[in-house]
Amino acid sequence: MIFLKLIVTNLRRHRIRSFISVAGIAFSVAAMLTVVTILQGAIGMFSGILSSNSEIIVFERNVSDLFFSNVPAAAVEEIAGWPMVDHADPVLFGIVSSADHPIITCFGVTAADARIRKATWLVGDRLTFAQHADDVVLGERAAEFLGARLDDHVPIGHGVFHVIGILRTANGFEDGGVFMPLASAQSFFHKEGTSSVITIKLRNKDDAVPFKNMVKAKFANLIGLEDAEFARSYSQFRILKATAWAVGGCGLLLGGLGVANTMIMSVFTRIREIAILRVNGFSHLQIAAMIFGESAVVSLLGAVLGLVTGTCFLFALKLVPALHGYVDVTIQPVVMLIVILLALLTGVAGALYPAAYAMRIRAVEALRFE
Amino acid sequence: MNLSTAQASNQKRIVLRAEGVWKSYDDGTIAVLKGVDFEVAEGETVALCGPSGCGKSTLLHLFGGLDSLDRGRVSVNGVEVNRHRDLLRLLRHEVGFVFQLHNLIPDLTLAENCLIPTVAAGIDHHTAQARLRQLAGRTGLTHRLGHRIQKLSGGERQRTALCRALMNKPKILLADEPTGSLDEHTSGAVFELLLDIVATEGVTLVMATHDRGLAGRCDRLLEMHDGRIHEPVSA
Repeated sequence: MIFLKLIVTNLRRHRIRSFISVAGIAFSVAAMLTVVTILQGAIGMFSGILSSNSEIIVFERNVSDLFFSNVPAAAVEEIAGWPMVDHADPVLFGIVSSADHPIITCFGVTAADARIRKATWLVGDRLTFAQHADDVVLGERAAEFLGARLDDHVPIGHGVFHVIGILRTANGFEDGGVFMPLASAQSFFHKEGTSSVITIKLRNKDDAVPFKNMVKAKFANLIGLEDAEFARSYSQFRILKATAWAVGGCGLLLGGLGVANTMIMSVFTRIREIAILRVNGFSHLQIAAMIFGESAVVSLLGAVLGLVTGTCFLFALKLVPALHGYVDVTIQPVVMLIVILLALLTGVAGALYPAAYAMRIRAVEALRFE
Repeated sequence: MNLSTAQASNQKRIVLRAEGVWKSYDDGTIAVLKGVDFEVAEGETVALCGPSGCGKSTLLHLFGGLDSLDRGRVSVNGVEVNRHRDLLRLLRHEVGFVFQLHNLIPDLTLAENCLIPTVAAGIDHHTAQARLRQLAGRTGLTHRLGHRIQKLSGGERQRTALCRALMNKPKILLADEPTGSLDEHTSGAVFELLLDIVATEGVTLVMATHDRGLAGRCDRLLEMHDGRIHEPVSA
């Protein structure tokens, strides 16, 4: 109890300095939580597009990005005919732009695609999809930012398209995207006869391994991955995740420097007290434990405050209409745990030098210190 | 061996011993102790008198393992004070320190300050509390146990420092000008208490002081000058 009081006493003694350190860690934790959660949400949404009513995705082997993947129509046709396959939906991804909106995701899909069949059509009739080459269906948010309504003609990229429907999905990318008939998209993006991926629904999920082996055997340049496998191995996702953690890590590093500064000041201002403790039998380890304990308290408070702040910030972002569907506030427990551990680790690292300094304090000299 | 050493060894078991102790600062340019030989027997009260800078405090620090010597040998209860492991045991169980300045931690209460040595030594809470109540009763501080140090008078602070020094029942109390920062009246009262409590607890006292009046009330008064203990002065 007294040991704990020795730890918190100094924090209470210099409240503003302690608060600044806690705030430093809190902001770092909040930043890390926000960036990681948003990016994981984005990855989840992108995975969601691919895994919509499917378990396996087939795409071109060794491509750095699915936008560069080309799956021939013949492969789609053959795979769709395999007995283990319930249905195979080719999807062509493209990026288009319009005035004021440089990036709009475009999905070239067939009328049978789950994205078209299962979405909530706010206006328009799903049965009319893919009857004309210049027809498009807009996601609700895309319709909003393009200012388009049913039957409007909107300029997208180098073409003008007829809006035959507006649909709502839970996925931000789809909600902000444009759905074209596959053939129109192939023509628009000069990718005739190909799609980016095939999303596969199997009759029996246990056939996943045999299916992937068949793809490997039949199509040397294609690869089939289960959704979870894809989310783990897709290089773009890995880069995004690494970037998120790196950005958050930089934030924590700054927070750690703040803790280090606080702890150094803490040791410098209590040299005499540390000497008193030494004279009264405190070992080097007990002194170090006190310093580490102090930094751990700062880090823990910062982590808790940061988690609360970050969560509030994420909820606030979710309320921004422009970000509708893009921000997923599902904070994964593992992310929270990692963030807390990193904050604690940062605090401990920040206390390394101050603790070493405190351990070297010679009582006899420090007691002369005024 | 000088007269004071011989006198001590003729009485009881020797608990403190310095043999040919040399200590200097600034790479030897400032010699503080120049071959000190000194012994203290169990239960003795010894006062070290002498001008500032003569080496009184340095000698106490060496006995408490707070400083290292250049040459010679210092032992407490027959164990040489030189190894870290022994130093911790020494500070936790063998010796207690009282300084001129009380050296209490201002944000803690009187009781918490006193309990610090028990925390260091890992003494259980109930034992520590019982000892605290015992010492607080003897020093008249029971009613102040929950008070912060800032609220205490100078005399009370020094009595608190005395309690803290005795918490782990050390065999030796090293007091460096324990009444040096107090007024004459309070100084006398604290010194009375000091003598009384070391007698009750059976603790050996070595005290550095300028106050010859107080020093004269110890069993022995030794004069330090120019880094040496010159001769015993009759107490």
